Amino acid sequence: MTTISMTVNGKAVTGNVEPRTLLVQFLRENLRLTGTHVGCDTSQCGACVVHVDGAAVKSCTMLAVSCDGSNVTTIEGLANGAELHPMQAAFREHHGLQCGFCTPGMIMSAVDMVNRLGPDLDEKTIREELEGNICRCTGYHNIVKAVEAGAQAMGATGQRVAAE
Amino acid sequence: MYAFSYHQPKTVRQAASLLAKNEDGKILAGGQTLLPTMKQRLAAPPALIDLGKVEGLSGIELKGRSLVIGATTKHVQVATSEIVKQAIPGLAEMAGMIGDPAVRNRGTIGGSVANNDPAADYPAACLALGATIITNTRKIPAEQFFTGLFETALEPGEVIVKISFPIVSKAAYAKFRNPASRYAMVGVFVAKRGSDIRVAVTGAGSNGVFRATALEEALKKRFSPKSLEGVSVSADGLNGDIHASPEYRAHLIGVMAKRAVTAAIGK
Amino acid sequence: MASTGIGAPVRRKEDFRFITGKGQYTDDINRPGQTYAAFVRSPHAHAAIKRIDASEALASPGVLAVLTGADLEADKIGGLICGWMIHNKDGSPMKAGAHPALAVGKVRYVGDHVAVVIAETQAQARDAAEKVAVDYEPLPAVVDMNEALTGKTVIHDVAPDNRVYDWHLGDKAATDAAFAKAKHVTRLDLVNNRLAPNPMEPRAAIGDYDAGNDAFTLYTTSQNPHVARLVLSAFIGIAPEHKLRVIAPDVGGGFGSKIFIYAEETVCVWAAKRVGRPVKWTSDRTEAFLADAHGRDHLTHAELALDERGKILGLRVHTKANLGAYLSTFSSSVPTYLYAPLLSGQYDIPAIYCEVEGVYTTTAPVDAYRGAGRPEATFVVERLVEVAARELGQDPAAFRKKNFIRKFPHQTPVIMAYDTGDYTASLEKALEMADVKGFAKRRRESARNGKLRGLGYSAYIEACGIAPSQAVGSLGAGVGLWESAEVRVNPVGTVEVLTGSHSHGQGHETTFAQLVSDRLGIPIDQVAIVHGDTDKVQFGMGTYGSRSGAVGMSAISKALDKVIAKGKKVAAYAMEASEGDIEFKDGRFGVSGTDKSLGFGEVALQAYIAHKFSGQELEPGLKEGAFYDPTNFTFPSGVHICEVEIDPDTGVTTIEKWTAVDDFGHVINPMIVEGQVHGGIAQGVGQALLEGVRYDASGQLVTASYMDYCMPRAKDLPSFQVGTTVTPCPSNPLGIKGCGEAGAIAAPPAVINAITDALGHEDIAMPATPQAVWQAVQRRLPAIAAE
Repeated sequence: MTTISMTVNGKAVTGNVEPRTLLVQFLRENLRLTGTHVGCDTSQCGACVVHVDGAAVKSCTMLAVSCDGSNVTTIEGLANGAELHPMQAAFREHHGLQCGFCTPGMIMSAVDMVNRLGPDLDEKTIREELEGNICRCTGYHNIVKAVEAGAQAMGATGQRVAAE
Repeated sequence: MYAFSYHQPKTVRQAASLLAKNEDGKILAGGQTLLPTMKQRLAAPPALIDLGKVEGLSGIELKGRSLVIGATTKHVQVATSEIVKQAIPGLAEMAGMIGDPAVRNRGTIGGSVANNDPAADYPAACLALGATIITNTRKIPAEQFFTGLFETALEPGEVIVKISFPIVSKAAYAKFRNPASRYAMVGVFVAKRGSDIRVAVTGAGSNGVFRATALEEALKKRFSPKSLEGVSVSADGLNGDIHASPEYRAHLIGVMAKRAVTAAIGK
Repeated sequence: MASTGIGAPVRRKEDFRFITGKGQYTDDINRPGQTYAAFVRSPHAHAAIKRIDASEALASPGVLAVLTGADLEADKIGGLICGWMIHNKDGSPMKAGAHPALAVGKVRYVGDHVAVVIAETQAQARDAAEKVAVDYEPLPAVVDMNEALTGKTVIHDVAPDNRVYDWHLGDKAATDAAFAKAKHVTRLDLVNNRLAPNPMEPRAAIGDYDAGNDAFTLYTTSQNPHVARLVLSAFIGIAPEHKLRVIAPDVGGGFGSKIFIYAEETVCVWAAKRVGRPVKWTSDRTEAFLADAHGRDHLTHAELALDERGKILGLRVHTKANLGAYLSTFSSSVPTYLYAPLLSGQYDIPAIYCEVEGVYTTTAPVDAYRGAGRPEATFVVERLVEVAARELGQDPAAFRKKNFIRKFPHQTPVIMAYDTGDYTASLEKALEMADVKGFAKRRRESARNGKLRGLGYSAYIEACGIAPSQAVGSLGAGVGLWESAEVRVNPVGTVEVLTGSHSHGQGHETTFAQLVSDRLGIPIDQVAIVHGDTDKVQFGMGTYGSRSGAVGMSAISKALDKVIAKGKKVAAYAMEASEGDIEFKDGRFGVSGTDKSLGFGEVALQAYIAHKFSGQELEPGLKEGAFYDPTNFTFPSGVHICEVEIDPDTGVTTIEKWTAVDDFGHVINPMIVEGQVHGGIAQGVGQALLEGVRYDASGQLVTASYMDYCMPRAKDLPSFQVGTTVTPCPSNPLGIKGCGEAGAIAAPPAVINAITDALGHEDIAMPATPQAVWQAVQRRLPAIAAE
């Protein structure tokens, strides 16, 4: 077992893990942050996307020990208290989710997309940038609309992801 | 995933000595191919040597007529680097086509090259651009580096430090993605440096990345997609699977080569 | 009230927890003292088990138990069941082989359950599972249905030719007569490709045993927790129903695959008592590919008889349906009663005859997947109709119109009595929205760019609102398919609705609340929808077959009627008026002809304080329940138009435009309904272009991860144009028909009709991958050269 420390959603955390513990397992099992999900074994579905040191990563494809000393933001750390992040609000407003399982990863990827590319995103760009996030419910139609609107709202408030 | 011992060296020297000490140990760079393989219990390295904390392995710089990229430089950094976009725009575009954004945020050039996955993109760029792979002990021309499926010229205890790309006049990459995995089913990187024209193909060869000499010869007459019309690529030695037969892959090599040449001319 | 009532696009009440990461899916739940299960799965498609040696596994770190089929038998735990009896043509029953939760004597597909290892951690359980030594004697794999039917290799002794049943529906003689007088016959051989449902949440289960009360709790990813409890109690014999609680918390999509009662949850709940601690299992994606029930997988020969003007005279269909290695919970019904009765489509077809052979193969079980039988039927009908129109040189839209059913009710030759519809209206609206008039111009533009453009129609019908219990009982169903609801009004007028429907993405917490808000005139925030727990909801049949609106909400509506009726009695006492003078409107009980009235909450309070009436006159309290059994299926229908462009150099097909016009009857929440249509289309496009489960000849699953099974991504799809027409359903109080499966039913033939239109020939199978389309383009080249 190895002791690791990191900042998760603005809070310092410490834990003992086996080297083979994935970041997502550390988040879900050690920290009980179960908003980050696992939908595949091959790094393709994106249900596990979180931000590590400001960049979206697949937490199922990263060892927890590699994140020692990092700053991690999960879906639970996105809202500012009861106030939703503009991307979260946009997903609700535009019905960008159905079963909700892929949603945390979708939202974290969408926020990263805006952080990288700015708030003016067209449909084609959004669809290409969602390459690493699979949704089985929505047919993506409303996710694309939600990301577009969420990006605009982020631009209007000048907001980047919380705690980064 | 099977259990393994984990090491986090601070220097390349430490990494190399750990690698030499741990038989069958593996270097962990971005882990975007290694970790999924281990999760599926298809690989069981007894030790992982994580390069994440090694100083000085990441970075992009111009050195004379070469572009030099550190081994742990992430795909996103190559894709968005102004230096790369100026020097070899086709390489920046290729890096921007790897995996998906989250994978590009973690995956590294050194990891991709060392792993030599037959469907990875970087091996094609290295081969077409005539890159040199610089390790802790020596310099290896790309031509001699990629030796087979997941096989390279790396010796035990050898760690890639950086990769040097000679700057070419024209270069571009065209990729046909496997519909399921989105890895390259056929990826063609073309590069022109003076009269030296190279066409490297990934995703298609049953022995990994290779140069399509018939296409190179055709392009030497004139560097234009028209030169490739009627030039057929043999299906011999190409992969066949549920997604693409060797014949279809052979056909796509021609199509992707034309598209890459068109893109290269446009830069 | 309009803003939260019926017909309003109310934003979903459930979303807050999902977008903030506060959902509670099964794998998010941990029980104190929890252990972890890992299954030892067969690496062989077909093999006899000679010996299982668990000694090394038992000695591994953290291992508590290794259990096998023999242990299940010792505890008298029964096998998994198939709940729908199908009879052969000769009236004899289908041949169902035993389906133990852990294999006994033999394994029959790769991924079949051989043993379970229970350990302190998931990693320890998985490590030890690899150490269970199983001595197999491999037997031949039988993947191909035609090969299976030769009976050279027998999968279950009860079915020596691997034929589960040989079933038929319709009038053979009348159909033969129709073909005898036909002027033209269109014939097609069709493959309906095998699919993996792939809800993004993999299945999971936690079994928990309370020794003090000798009672079990099972947390599981289920679309129908009560049916799971019924089967686990009455058939598998885990515990009587009052000693078994099944909780299906937030469930991350189902699409049919979470209807069934599988080996894993059975083993977890049973093993919890064996090891005396909770047992948790969470599937990974590869296990999901191996062992979740697959969908579709038909081989069909179909013929359409036409007169000289192109009027359809008859339809003849022969289908072989792959049911896999065991009969899953509802598998037998899918290629029979959920398939053949839909073969009339939207058309007036005087004679239909359909034969279906159900076939065992050494592959994973096949059962209902979004649409379940109806996509397969629609694919047959809509491919045939399209090709017939083309062969006759008639416009496919006009050809369809000419053959549409126009008078309702309409009795088809295959059981169904369509109640209402206006197929021409949907088609005309779709033609307009899709700008079909401008297609020829767009096709020329594509040709100028070296591309092939095609247009494809699909006019589908489905039978939803499953279903009248008497009707399905007469067809072999082991259960009734009604739904239950209980409306509990609290003393201050807030309302809890307990429903037997289950929401796993459909938004019931919102739509059901809209109904309550609309009917009781109370704000939607004052309504809570409770589902997914057998200790809270008395009974229910669950969510599948697009039934939760038409059946589940009708039950709520019926219960609401009773609440209002009781409220009127209470209000009459409270206002000292005659019950007959009480009117309920806009959330108030008023005395007609006076200005006296009480709000809904005030009447609720009166019901509970019971000061104004004696218990002999009226029972205190305000809580009513209802069971609603539908009187007919509902028949949603519509027209989808797909426009594609093909790059002949690569074979890549791009969907340029998608138009859907659906008739779902009355719509409660148009935002949610559109979302259901979008998702359905995406799955249908997935079937047509991308997805296909593939086994190799040795029975190994080739598509066991997303590396090889192609899921639709955002970039594979366009934005959709969705419109509706409305003919209210006459058979339920709300006039709704169901929308959950429409897109998946409509889409595949629309895509393939568009591709074949672009190619100029019909020779392409699903999935029309780039390679398949490129090969099809090559086959067209001689024709182009000849032009």
